[in-house]
Amino acid sequence: MSTPDTHSSARLSVLKTYKLYVGGKFPRSESGRVYEVTEAKSGQWLANAPLASRKDARDAVVAARKAFGGWSGATAYNRGQILYRIAEMLEGRREQFAAEVASAEGLSKAKAQARTDAAIDRWVWYAGWSDKLAQVVGGGNPVAGPFFNLSTPEPTGVVAVLAPRSSSLLGLVSVLAPVIVTGNTAVVVASKAAPLPALSLAEVLATSDLPGGVVNMLSGDTAELARPLAAHQDVNAIDLAGADAELAAELEGAAAENLKRVLRPDGDDWAAEPGLERMTAFLETKTVWHPIGA
Amino acid sequence: MPTDAAPRDAGRGSLSDVVTSDAALRRFLQGLPGVDAVGLEARAAALGTRSIKTTAKAYALDLAISMIDLTTLEGADTPGKVRSLCAKGARPDPGDRSTPRVAAICVYGDMAAVAKEALAELGAGEINVASVATAFPSGRAAMPVKLADTRDAVAAGADEIDMVIDRGAFLAGRYMQVFEEIQEVKAACGAAHLKVIFENGELATYDNIRRASWLAMLAGADFIKTSTGKVAVNATPPNTLLMLEAVRDFRAATGRQVGVKPAGGIRTAKDAIKYLVMVNETVGDDWLSPDWFRFGASSLLNDLLMQRQKLSTGRYSGPDYVTVD
Repeated sequence: MSTPDTHSSARLSVLKTYKLYVGGKFPRSESGRVYEVTEAKSGQWLANAPLASRKDARDAVVAARKAFGGWSGATAYNRGQILYRIAEMLEGRREQFAAEVASAEGLSKAKAQARTDAAIDRWVWYAGWSDKLAQVVGGGNPVAGPFFNLSTPEPTGVVAVLAPRSSSLLGLVSVLAPVIVTGNTAVVVASKAAPLPALSLAEVLATSDLPGGVVNMLSGDTAELARPLAAHQDVNAIDLAGADAELAAELEGAAAENLKRVLRPDGDDWAAEPGLERMTAFLETKTVWHPIGA
Repeated sequence: MPTDAAPRDAGRGSLSDVVTSDAALRRFLQGLPGVDAVGLEARAAALGTRSIKTTAKAYALDLAISMIDLTTLEGADTPGKVRSLCAKGARPDPGDRSTPRVAAICVYGDMAAVAKEALAELGAGEINVASVATAFPSGRAAMPVKLADTRDAVAAGADEIDMVIDRGAFLAGRYMQVFEEIQEVKAACGAAHLKVIFENGELATYDNIRRASWLAMLAGADFIKTSTGKVAVNATPPNTLLMLEAVRDFRAATGRQVGVKPAGGIRTAKDAIKYLVMVNETVGDDWLSPDWFRFGASSLLNDLLMQRQKLSTGRYSGPDYVTVD
C-alpha cells in the first residue's frame, strides 16, 4: 500500500511535444522527422524538436504570402497594439521563458531572467515604432511644381529570417520584431541548437491576436531550410543573422536570382541598443505626387 | 473495388431496348446497383495517397496541362479577357516553349466567335473552343431556347458544347424527358462534341450520379462532366471516380468509349495528379489523353506551371511568375 506521501511524488511528468508554427496552426514536420535538443551545458536531453523539411519551408512561405495582404494593410496603430499584446503575453510566461533560455544557453537562473526581460523590453520597444517609423524615414519632399510629394515606407513582403544561433530568445526577438512591425510577414528558421524558446514564442504569438501566417516558425537544420528559402521566387527578403560566413555567401548568391533584399550577418551584439537598421532593411519607399489644390 | 454497375445479363449492344419507353428506362436506371458510399470514398482517398515524383511527375504535369479546358464563365467576361485567355492557352509559359498547349478554351456561347478568331490569329487552331449552352448554369429554360442556344454556339464556331441537364426533371424522376433533351441537343450539335454536365452537387446522392451517368451515355453524350463550377460542391474525387467506373462499365457493355471531365474546385497540381492516378487505376491508359479526360479549370493552370518551373529550375516559383488571367 502506498501512503499519500509517495503517491504525490510518483506523479509522472508531462512531456511537451514541440511543434512547428505554420499558418496559425501547430503542425508536425511534413517529413515526420524530429531531432534531440540537449541542454547547453550538461548535454542532457531536453525535448524532441521537429526537424522541418524544405516542404515545410515551402508551406510556410505560402502561409506568409497569404497573410501579407491583411497584415500589411492593417493600420500601423493596430499592428503596434498587437505587438504590445505579444509583450504582455511574454510577460505572463516570464518564468517559463527564463527556464528555457537558461537550459538553451547554459546560463544561471539570474542571467537567463535578465535576458528574458531584455527580450520582452525589446519587443515593447519595437512595438512602439509601428506608427512612428513613417515620420522618421518618410516625409514630404520639396519639388519644383505645384505638387505634394510624399515618401512613405512600405513593407517589402515575405521575409525569411535565419534566427541567431546563440541568442535563443533575445536574438530571436531582435530579428523578428523589426520584420513584422512594419507589416512584413516572416518565415523564421530557429536556432538549431536552441529552438525551444522560439517554439514556445510561437505559442505566445498564436494567442496574441497576431493573424495566422504573419509569423511562421520552423526548427531544423539551418542550411537545409535556408537554401530553398534563399532560392524561393516568392520570398522578397532574407535576414542571414543565423548563417555562418560560408553559408551566408552561398545564400546571397541564391538570393540574387530574384533580387531579394539581403541583410548580412555582422556579428551582432544582441545586448546593445538596437537602431532602426533592422526595420529599414525590409522596407521599400513609395513616393506619390499629388496636385496642390487651388 | 470495381463495382460492376452494368447489369450482368446485359450483353454488348443490348442496351437499346432500355430506352424504348419511359417505364423501361426508369426500370433500368432504378435497377442499377446502389453505390457503396463508404467504399467509394475510401477507394478515392486511397488513390490520392500515391507519391508521384521526378520523371513521372514531369509527365503528369505536362499531361494535365494538355488536358485543361481553360475556362472563363463570368458575367464580367469581355472580348479582351477571352483573347488574353486564348493567348495564355496557346502559350501557357512564355518563358518555356516546351510547355504543352491546353486542350480547349471554355467560354459562354456569345464569346465562342471571339475565342475562335483569337486562337486562329495565334496560330493555335488545334485548341478547341468549348462553349457552354442550354441556359447554363441552371438549365432553367424552355427546350426551343436551349436548342437555339446550342445552334448559336455551334454556328459561332464552337467545337465542343457543354450542356447542363435539367436537374429538376431528373430529380422529379422524369428520366425520359432528360434523355430526349440530351438527344435533341446532341442532334443540334452536329459535328461538335457534346459534354453533358450533371451538377453533382445538386443531384444529392451517389446513386443519382450513377443514374445520370448512364442516362447521359445512353443518350449519346461524348463526355460526362461533373459540375458547372457555380455551386458549392463541385468535382470531388469520389464522384469523379464513380463517373469513371460508369464509363468503364458502359464501354464494357456497349463498346462505346465516353470521356470524363471533372470541373470546378481543382486548383493545385497535387489535386490534378491525384485525378490522373485515379484515371489510370480505374479506366487505364485508354483514357489518359485530352481526347478522353479533361479538367475544367482556370487557376489550376498557374499551379501546374509553377510546379513545372520548380521541376526544371530546382527552386520554388511564385505567383509573380505566372499571368494572373
